[in-house]
Amino acid sequence: MESILVLTHADESGSALTKYSLEAVTAGVELAERLNAALTIGIVAADASSLASAIANAGTKLLCVSGLAFAQPRFASDAAACAYLCRAAEATIILAPHSARFARVMAAVAHRLGGCIDTHIAALTTHITAPAGADFTDVTRVEATRWFYRQRIEAVVTRTARPWFLLVDAGTHAAYAGEAGNAQVEEIAVELPALRTEVTGIRAPKQDEQTIRPDAKLLFVAGAGWTKKQPDGEVHVEKAGKLILGFLRGSGASLGSSKSLVDQGGEGNSVLPFLTHMNQVGQTGSTPRHAKGLSTCCHGEEPHVVGWRFIGERRAISLDANCGWTRGKADVVYIADAFQVMAKLNDRLQKAANSGQ
Amino acid sequence: MNPLQIVVCAGIVPDPLQTLEPATGPNGPGLKNEMVLPAVLDPWAACALYEAAALAAKFPGSKLWLVALGPKAKLQQIMMTVAQKVAFELVPIDGPIGGFPDSHSTAAALASAIETIPALDRAQLLVFGGWESASRGAGVTLQQIGERLGITDQFFGVDQIDVRPDGSFEVLERVEGGKHQVSVCAGSPAVLGWATGNLAEPRNNPQIGMSNMRTMMPALQRAKTAALEANSLEYVSVSLPKQQRTTRVEKNMTPDEIATELVGWIGKDS
Repeated sequence: MESILVLTHADESGSALTKYSLEAVTAGVELAERLNAALTIGIVAADASSLASAIANAGTKLLCVSGLAFAQPRFASDAAACAYLCRAAEATIILAPHSARFARVMAAVAHRLGGCIDTHIAALTTHITAPAGADFTDVTRVEATRWFYRQRIEAVVTRTARPWFLLVDAGTHAAYAGEAGNAQVEEIAVELPALRTEVTGIRAPKQDEQTIRPDAKLLFVAGAGWTKKQPDGEVHVEKAGKLILGFLRGSGASLGSSKSLVDQGGEGNSVLPFLTHMNQVGQTGSTPRHAKGLSTCCHGEEPHVVGWRFIGERRAISLDANCGWTRGKADVVYIADAFQVMAKLNDRLQKAANSGQ
Repeated sequence: MNPLQIVVCAGIVPDPLQTLEPATGPNGPGLKNEMVLPAVLDPWAACALYEAAALAAKFPGSKLWLVALGPKAKLQQIMMTVAQKVAFELVPIDGPIGGFPDSHSTAAALASAIETIPALDRAQLLVFGGWESASRGAGVTLQQIGERLGITDQFFGVDQIDVRPDGSFEVLERVEGGKHQVSVCAGSPAVLGWATGNLAEPRNNPQIGMSNMRTMMPALQRAKTAALEANSLEYVSVSLPKQQRTTRVEKNMTPDEIATELVGWIGKDS
């Protein structure tokens, strides 16, 4: 008989659970229903009990680890907190969000508990199977879907070893949205090791320079074509930068980039100053999840296949009518000059904003 | 400040430009023609290697090892290129290639190899690697190596480290939303799983290559074999994604018409 623990943590403000944590709660509730298993939720935060009301009606046992040491993400304190919660819950399956905070520690926690871990889980399913030689009971097997080789190969895995830790990717489940209520929370005391690391803050671009927006509906991907010679024989990097930033402002999109465009910054060439490796999508970049994606001046497998694996609707603007990478990957390809199209597009978005639409 | 002892863990992966196709063999899933596919040092681990070499160069007397698991012949092939980039001592482990072997067993093999490095001062140890591989992409191996070596300060998605004269260091880790978390650690030992970092790939230097090769070839000949256990990991299916979209190619729309259509599409709830 399986029992499930969902580990969650507070957001930067410390006043609420992260969206990714609430998505993991949904995954846990769904899996517990399918397995008819007991469900426990564990919270790690400075004041964890105050966050429990949001999940009070999930119908589960609630455990928490609280204290100032858990206000900020840090390997030593978070690994200890999660290990104590796991031991207290005695669960066989442990779900957690694949957030930066928990991805940093959960493999270590699995090792401490003598368990196994699989990460970047895109889906959880159950499969009724009769074990070899058994003639009496069926066993419901849990199966996890994840990607290998940077989203090129999809695999379904299962394990019999327990505890089995599963880190659920963001955006694969709806955030849990039960009514808030009064929660009965059991506080778990944690004996911390000597803490040698202090988190001193967050370094972020200024608000108006932030181009990575995980919650945006649209991902805008800029390719190396923006910095190539245009029909007049000149490069127009400054104009490209203004068009791209104008579009991000007007549409609220998140900005992705091909590797070739980001890499130009290290070769002494003109490059768009607001792009960093963190914008990069594809093999050595991220594979973000957005409802829609618009690629411009991109060519190659990276932006259209690897980086776009989890984009819902996909459109592309390209001058290359024969680009094989867009065929079968994008829904619509416009064969046009992105400089001209984006200028028109920005005008329309500006007008729509001015008219309050 | 004492010299640093940096161990970089790195795997080998197919060249990103290769088309990959899964195939099932006697030992479970793998890639079709895996042994003949052109391969490279795992990209994020390569970034870790370059950052490690740059860091070691700042502190005279520092030592750099590269611990790599893979088929001996394949390791030798990759090292012909990698050895020309930066100076290091290779600690090879002869084992299976690819992303499908279990990460826990991989971590155990790598941790054992690190423990057997002669004269390694564990108090001065920094374990580097990629925060995720380009094959399994799990971000598990390095953390478990750290646990096995008893290292309780670990950092992942690292883009920068600044080591101070007293041995403490400031580290920048990627977090959600294009931000970096800034931490200060009292010093080694620590594990750092690197993202891209800030350094470009070093140019090939044949002299460094010659120097590395003097110890590399004997090390490859001595490489111990590691059989990786499955740890109950079972693959139910391994397949290429089947989704193929019907692409509408618009060759004759004006920029005005395209912009109008895109505005409508962006504003529409999907």
